[in-house]
Amino acid sequence: MGLPKESLLEMYRVMLFSRRLDERAWVLHRQGKIAFHISAIGHEAAQVGAAFALQRGVDWVVPYYRDLALILAMGMTPREFALGLMGKKGEPSSGARQMPSHWSLRRANVVSHSSPVATQTPHASGIALGIKMRGDSAVVLTTIGEGSTSQGEWYEGVNWAAVHKLPVIFLVENNIYAISVRQEMQMAVAGAAGKAAGLGLPGVSVDGLDVLAVHETVGQAVERARRGDGPTVVEARVHRLTPHSSDDDDRTYRPRDEIEAMKAADPLGAFQKTLREKKVLTQKIEAELEADATAAVEDAIRFAEAAPYPDVSEAAYPVYVEDVRRG
Amino acid sequence: MAEGTLIQALRQAMDEELAHDDRVFIVGEDVGPRGGVFRATQGLFEKYGPGRIIDSPLAELSIIGVGIGAALYGMRPICEIQFADFIHPAFNQIVNEAAKMCYRSNGEWTVPLVIRAPYGGGIGGGLYHSQSLEAFFAHVPGLKVVIPSNPHDAKGLLKAAVRDPNPVLFFEPKKGYRLIKGEIPEGDLVEPLGAAKVSRAGSDLTAIAYGMMHHYTLQAAEAVAAEGISVEVVDLRTLLPLDKRTVLASVRKTGKALIIYEDNLTGGYGAEVAAILAEEAFSDLDAPVRRLGGPDVPAMPYSHPLQDWFMLNPEKIAAAMRALARY
Repeated sequence: MGLPKESLLEMYRVMLFSRRLDERAWVLHRQGKIAFHISAIGHEAAQVGAAFALQRGVDWVVPYYRDLALILAMGMTPREFALGLMGKKGEPSSGARQMPSHWSLRRANVVSHSSPVATQTPHASGIALGIKMRGDSAVVLTTIGEGSTSQGEWYEGVNWAAVHKLPVIFLVENNIYAISVRQEMQMAVAGAAGKAAGLGLPGVSVDGLDVLAVHETVGQAVERARRGDGPTVVEARVHRLTPHSSDDDDRTYRPRDEIEAMKAADPLGAFQKTLREKKVLTQKIEAELEADATAAVEDAIRFAEAAPYPDVSEAAYPVYVEDVRRG
Repeated sequence: MAEGTLIQALRQAMDEELAHDDRVFIVGEDVGPRGGVFRATQGLFEKYGPGRIIDSPLAELSIIGVGIGAALYGMRPICEIQFADFIHPAFNQIVNEAAKMCYRSNGEWTVPLVIRAPYGGGIGGGLYHSQSLEAFFAHVPGLKVVIPSNPHDAKGLLKAAVRDPNPVLFFEPKKGYRLIKGEIPEGDLVEPLGAAKVSRAGSDLTAIAYGMMHHYTLQAAEAVAAEGISVEVVDLRTLLPLDKRTVLASVRKTGKALIIYEDNLTGGYGAEVAAILAEEAFSDLDAPVRRLGGPDVPAMPYSHPLQDWFMLNPEKIAAAMRALARY
């Protein structure tokens, strides 16, 4: 592990902030204060490990809706996330037009995505085609759940990148559930990485609960892409520790002991343990970070609650580029 | 100005835009050395090379999806769908992604993309090489929908579409590719999108059409002129956004409106024009607004007499003009 202590602490900080914001979002939903939340709990190590393998600000990210930790790693602030939860003015992804967790962050090269799954995959390949045409050095990271790799759009997008050796990392966050449908009803291969062989690009599977393992694996894929050697499918095996979304109840399809076993392998706890062993985390630092996270969540929620809604007139634009207004 | 065919005009427009802007590239099935199945891109591969004239995998959704990604990166893709009938796999990408990107990102992301698609029947193309699909897309805010009817407009409108910062559906009347001849302006003439044109002045009734049906409508207007019926013809040219002002001005003058479109009648584009006229020109109308469209069968049959039964032609249009003039 070549990462400096500051990076390790920063990775831990982002994972912790993501977890605490996520937990609060569930509470806000149960309080009736927000209409929707979709959770990253259990996915944080995969997302943060991948994000820290990028040259953030240079490379491009085409995410999906379960990527709270990823978007925080790319620079979205807790306040901005909270504005999105509550549909308040100034929310950076969509001006509060989209549901929460439908990310976009132009200043960080994070591209807007929608709700129909896998639509983002061909976009990632197209961005990479543009990068290659312009002779630029950026790479593209695009994320997706394993269920969504059933879509033709995923295959077509990956195929394009493979044919043209485009600089893309197709990160599949495999939590073995597509809402309620388990992986074995989605694919006959052992995992999403196995799909790569049929498309002619490398596919690797990594323990997505281990942030450093993900960082290393995605880092190799990034290097390969930046060298011009083409795309890679990286499957990060993760756990979804919550229902699919705030509108789902997973008790109807998921054994409780499975969840309990998965919670015992919490990626945040695992990283905490690693960093304690490496003496990167001390009790004092842990307490400070936890206090920082609590304060940031409180500040974000207060800020968003006090923020105004968009003016109703904003709903009418911008349909076309000619309608774009600033401010 | 030189005389030429519709397809020559389109090819010139693309050639000039490729030369004008190095962000412009063409992607589609067989657009490379083959020059497209209709020869629209003939010679462009030799002139601009495989980096800018790209033969895509045989998969329409990713022609559009990858194009969207490239556009997000700042490129100016021209995506060719070989026949409009094959565009349906890309419907999600066009309607949910390209059309909504500007709105859903509050103008942070835009998709300067052109989708060229030959449409329409009368070429022995049967159910799946004859369709007219403009109504599906003219229903979608965020898209622009353009249909040229002659070489002059085809060149200027396609150049405008390439320079437009929004996604533009550019439907080309394939039966007219070599049948419709006319002046092709030399040099950098750009026709504005969103402007209809009165292509023949008249006083008894207004005939509103676009694409191949506009070509036939002009012939029909000429035929009935010999019988003393004076028809004003409006070529819509852009269906979305519609130039209501030009349409309304003509109908207010003549007091009668006939809308001609090749698509099947029910829910076709003419229904929208008829509704606008009913709402905004009711007091100026001397007769019910009439639509002349294709029959409500699933698509155009192959066998010659069956195809003729489906297709409109100058004789059918002239008959509708006489009936409306008599009202």
